[in-house]
Amino acid sequence: MRLIESQTIVQAVKSLCIEANYNLKEDVTSSLRMAREREKSETGREILGQLLENAEIARKDGYPLCQDTGVAVFFIEMGQEVSISGAGLYDAINQGVREGYAEGFLRNSMVVHPLKRVNTGDNTPAIIHLESVPGDKIKIDFMAKGGGCENMSGLTILSPAAGVAGVKDFVIKSVKEAGSNPCPPIIVGIGIGGNFEKAAILAKKSLLRPIGTRNADPDVAKLEEDILDEINKLGIGPQGLGGSVTALSVQIEVFPCHIASLPVAVNIECHSHRHAEVVL
Amino acid sequence: MKSPLRLTTPLTDKDIESLKAGDNILLDGVLITARDAAHKRIVEEMDSGGTLPVELSGQVIYYVGPSPARPGRPIGSAGPTTSYRMDAYAIRLMEKGIKGMIGKGKRSPAIIEAMKKHKCVYFAAVGGAGALLARRITASEIVAYEDLGPEAVRRLTVKDFPVIVINDIFGGDAYIMGVDKFKA
Repeated sequence: MRLIESQTIVQAVKSLCIEANYNLKEDVTSSLRMAREREKSETGREILGQLLENAEIARKDGYPLCQDTGVAVFFIEMGQEVSISGAGLYDAINQGVREGYAEGFLRNSMVVHPLKRVNTGDNTPAIIHLESVPGDKIKIDFMAKGGGCENMSGLTILSPAAGVAGVKDFVIKSVKEAGSNPCPPIIVGIGIGGNFEKAAILAKKSLLRPIGTRNADPDVAKLEEDILDEINKLGIGPQGLGGSVTALSVQIEVFPCHIASLPVAVNIECHSHRHAEVVL
Repeated sequence: MKSPLRLTTPLTDKDIESLKAGDNILLDGVLITARDAAHKRIVEEMDSGGTLPVELSGQVIYYVGPSPARPGRPIGSAGPTTSYRMDAYAIRLMEKGIKGMIGKGKRSPAIIEAMKKHKCVYFAAVGGAGALLARRITASEIVAYEDLGPEAVRRLTVKDFPVIVINDIFGGDAYIMGVDKFKA
C-alpha cells in the first residue's frame, strides 16, 4: 500500500484550480487559432482574436480567463494500492477548492440549496466522480465548468430504432437551440449508451480529452467528424453573431447499454475550456 | 467590422433611436451591474413599494457577477452572463426607465417587444473575455445587496467598453442577421 498525505491532495487541488482558471491550455488556444484561420466571418475572426488576447491578459496580468470560474468538477482515478492518511479524499478535495478559490481570487458560484439560493461562500462542494483503477497512483482531472454552457446541456433516451440519425438530430437540435447562449465557439461533449446517469457522466468525461482528438473507435470518430460538420453549417458562429465556426470540437464517449435504450447526453462547454490534471 | 461609435451613459431616447443592430459601440461612463439574484430582489422591492437601491432612469444594466478584485485593482474578471435568465424581470426595469442592457445570448420575443415600447436596446459584450473587459473598467463600488456576494449591485465606471447592438428598437436582431448570412 502506498500512503499519500491528504495535505498533498489539498495542495495539488489548490494548484489545479488556480492553474486552470488563469492559463488556457495549449489544446484550446491552438484550436482557437485554427478557428480564426478558417472562420469566414470578419466579425467572427475579430472575436476569436479577442479571445486569444483575453487568454494572454489572463496569463500575464493575473485576471481569471472568465468571471464565471465555475463549479469545481473532478474526475479522480484512484489506484487500488493507495491509502490516504489524515483527512478523507472528499474533504481534502473540498479543502483544496476552498483554498484555491480564495487565494486565486476566483469567484464563488455555488449556492447551498438549489431553491433557497444562498452562496456557500467558498465554491464548495466540488462535484467529484471517483473511479477505482489498478496501481498506486491518484490521477486528478479538474474542470472549472461555467453555468452558461452547462445550462444548455441536455439528455434524452431514444429508442434503439432511432440509431445514428436520432443521435445526430438530438445533438444538432441542442446546439441550435443553445445558439448564442453558451459562448460559442463551443466544445460538444457527447455520451452515448450506459443509462440515464452514465450517459451524462460520459458526456462530461469526453471533455477531458485534448480538444480535437478523435475517439479510438473509427466509427465513433467518423460520427464526431460528421456532427462537427453539421454543427458548423448552422451558421451560429463565434458568440452567435454568425460564422462558420460554431464548435471547435465534438467529442463522443460510448458505453454498453440496455437492449431497450439508446441514451444520449450532450454536455456543452464554452470556448473558455478550463481544465488541468495531475498525477500523484 | 464597422468602426465603433462612441456613447456616454446615461443614455437618452435620442441615443437609443440612433442605434442599429450590428453597430459596434464603445461605452464610457457608468454601468449598473445586476444579475439573477439582484434582479429578483429589485423586483420584490418594487412589488412591496420599497425604495430601489439605485436610480434606474437612463441607466445601462450590465449582467455580470465579477470575480474578486486583487488588491489595488477595481475589479476582477468581468464579462457578461447569459441574458435570458433576466427575461423574467427585465420589463419591470424597463418600466423604470433603463435604456440599455448588456449581456450575451438571445432575448425572448416579449422582451424584444418591450424594448421597442420603452426605447431600450440590448447590447452584447464578448462572453468569456472577462479579463479583456476588466481592463476597461476603471472603478467599481458596491451600491446595494452586498450580502449577495458576486451578485451584489455595483456601480462601474467604464472607458472604451466594447459592446455590439443586438436588438435595436426597430426590430433589428444581430444574432438573426448573422446566422442568416452564414448558415449553409
